[in-house]
Amino acid sequence: MANFYTDNPDLKLHLSHPLMEKIVALKERNYSDAEKFDYAPINYADAMDNYDKVLEIVGDLCGELIAGNAESVDHQGPHVENNRVVYADGTQQNLDACRKAGLMGMSMPRRFGGLNFPITPYIMAADIVSRADTGFENLWGLQDCAETLYEFGNEEQHSKFIPRVCQGETMSMDLTEPDAGSDLQSVMLKATQDADGTWRLNGVKRFITNGDADIHLVLARSEEGSKDARGLSMFIYDKRDGGVDVRRIENKLGIKGSPTCELVYKNAKAELCGSRKMGLIKYVMALMNGARLGIAAQSVGVSEIAYREALQYAKERMQFGKAIIEFPAVYEILATMKAKLDASRCLLYETARFVDVYKALEDISRERKLEPEERDEMKKYNKLANALTPLAKGLGSEYCNQNAYDCIQIHGGSGFMKDYACERIYRDARITSIYEGTTQLQVVAAIGHVTTGAYSALIDSYNELPVSDELMPLKKRILAMAEKYNETVAIVNEINDPEYTSFVARRLVEMAGFIIMSYLLITDATRGNSESMAKSAHVYVNMVEADIAKHAEFIKSFKPAEIADYKPAE
Amino acid sequence: MSLNIIVLAKQVPDTRNVGKDAMKEDGTINRAALPAIFNPEDLNALEQALRLKDAHPGSKVTLLTMGLPRAAEIIREAIFRGADTGIVLTDRALGGADTLATSYSLAQAVKKIGNYDVIIGGRQAIDGDTAQVGPQIAEKLGLPQVTYAEEILDVANGKITVKRRLENGVETVVAPLPCVVTVNGSAPECRPRNARRLMQYKRAVTPSEKAQLSAEEQAIVDARPDLSLGEWSAAYVEADPEQIGLPGSPTKVKSIENVVFTAKESLRLDDNDEQIEDLIKDLIANHTIG
Repeated sequence: MANFYTDNPDLKLHLSHPLMEKIVALKERNYSDAEKFDYAPINYADAMDNYDKVLEIVGDLCGELIAGNAESVDHQGPHVENNRVVYADGTQQNLDACRKAGLMGMSMPRRFGGLNFPITPYIMAADIVSRADTGFENLWGLQDCAETLYEFGNEEQHSKFIPRVCQGETMSMDLTEPDAGSDLQSVMLKATQDADGTWRLNGVKRFITNGDADIHLVLARSEEGSKDARGLSMFIYDKRDGGVDVRRIENKLGIKGSPTCELVYKNAKAELCGSRKMGLIKYVMALMNGARLGIAAQSVGVSEIAYREALQYAKERMQFGKAIIEFPAVYEILATMKAKLDASRCLLYETARFVDVYKALEDISRERKLEPEERDEMKKYNKLANALTPLAKGLGSEYCNQNAYDCIQIHGGSGFMKDYACERIYRDARITSIYEGTTQLQVVAAIGHVTTGAYSALIDSYNELPVSDELMPLKKRILAMAEKYNETVAIVNEINDPEYTSFVARRLVEMAGFIIMSYLLITDATRGNSESMAKSAHVYVNMVEADIAKHAEFIKSFKPAEIADYKPAE
Repeated sequence: MSLNIIVLAKQVPDTRNVGKDAMKEDGTINRAALPAIFNPEDLNALEQALRLKDAHPGSKVTLLTMGLPRAAEIIREAIFRGADTGIVLTDRALGGADTLATSYSLAQAVKKIGNYDVIIGGRQAIDGDTAQVGPQIAEKLGLPQVTYAEEILDVANGKITVKRRLENGVETVVAPLPCVVTVNGSAPECRPRNARRLMQYKRAVTPSEKAQLSAEEQAIVDARPDLSLGEWSAAYVEADPEQIGLPGSPTKVKSIENVVFTAKESLRLDDNDEQIEDLIKDLIANHTIG
């Protein structure tokens, strides 16, 4: 009777954040849907009760079915038959169950058959699903491509495709090509128009997650002769129209249940989504931001299962006459894992809430003109979301990799064997710091918020939040960390050399992330009166205080001229 | 052809997760210590009913349960999974019923619902493990019964085709409608609760539950007839007081023993053929093996 939602009280703590009241009121347009739909909430408490009960279904499905299938899915994996993907049996079973439970198109408006959930409870579902089966989270989580379709598609496309997603059809985002990975402006897939205006796609895409999806969002070159991002547009390809074959699926290290496809477009009919030439510049950027938040959630789910597996093993494994958790060397690792888990989860939900506020306001702006203060609020939260998303994805994915490594370490030799889940967790974790933008690219996305002072401003605002007496000493230490961070940023801004700034960017971004997560831990622990989170706050601050000193020292004593030493000798 | 399907279900203590305090000192079940759940094989039965409904659009699935007023919880659970409505048969006079009195009471409720095509229940409940109620209801109603069903293959032309799971294989039988089908645990698991249906029907309540709600919520319930669940008394189903509850139950519990398996005596054998042979002889002699 495992339930991955109810067995984790931290989830409810994050769900009940005070900002939710504003988010839900915006998303529900002051609960006006209740007159039209008998499943719409009548007030805030009713909406929260809905999220709670639906997450309870998610937790039940994950604990009772999806987690149990994870091992067989990892072994069996998907395969290609006649240019089509056939999922592993367990994957198919999981997908069927999620459809029947109505967990597809969760954030879509009710008029399309969605549940109209804010991003935060949806992301919570992703966190829970990832703990059960990280690879399956990809397939299920691709439903958030519908968000992009909703934002940029026209009314006709909305009513044609979104109800199908809500019914359980799967999606994919076809971006990467053999020569266009991190550098998407090199995309070559050709989009041409027939005489009657019908768009046709020709070319090859590679590394496409769930590439045999029912509905694809495709980045293609619509402007002949163009070479950069300005020649790219976004298209919708409907599998019912045919024209795209799965040539092969990749044999991967992890997330084996999720088929990673090479696709061949043979004159495939497609629809233009949004305006021409805006494909990469606007739409894919929006798509990627949503996807990055999804990977941040996936990472937290991995951290969670890694910690739980390690903790259980450490309690059961007896050596030298006692359980190994009694040894300082072991419990220190476990406490650190838990601190990283809790810290990255705090950051995940903080980011999700910021995304929620601005997306809800943005959606309202499609219905009516926003009041000036609403506009300002939308801009503010949009900036905050953009600042936190790369931190949540970048640092969260690194933490889940570290936790997966430590999970095996706790298992010792047994962890190296295929007998325990930890080896799968370790393999599944590895991709999170790579796809949807590597950690290095998250640093690129984040460094601007360091140099402009956006993180510093956010950190200042956190300092205003109430903290329990017990955690006040930590707050003082975090404040000192923030001062050290600001001093370090000033050094880098003073030198003001792009290559140097890029060179030290990872350290600066980490420092900002560490401080933000420290604040979130103490404020969330205070708000939820959570003893376990307060413990994590102590462990975390001990760890990052030293890391911040280390980074600050490195940057302080580093001379830009030394960069030459880091380049290979001729 | 749309069908009127009644699913018989019971809310039971979760005997699969028995802890130390599962039994009271007098040997009866300590219901407070065990979570109340939807009897597992009744969920298999519900799935068969929902599949029939999928195959025959317009069909109606009504969950019927006898128990405490709180048994309405499993009606909602069934509605979240796809059932249309439900009735809880609840009355102090029904308390203490054995399988005979239970079957009579439920049969009366089924008659009251009336106009049914198929009655589907789980093979047995995990708290009593008798498997008697389904067949007895069939007898009381004078209906054919198909037990150990694993899959309802077809309903057409007033006949139902059912695959049964037997000890040594499977058997496919055809029975005239209406009939009673009891479903085996080997049948497909029930579909999950549906998120939208949950939000739609979380306020589905019996009259006694409605009385506990706020005025605002009562107004919501009043505005939607599909949120009113049945709560029937023994008198309402015209049950003979002599045939229900304790008076109607010929089964009397003489005593309940708390059997705890412990390894009190153990025999230590040395690793040689002679001692092993002696042990085999002993085991054959006391009929443990052979």
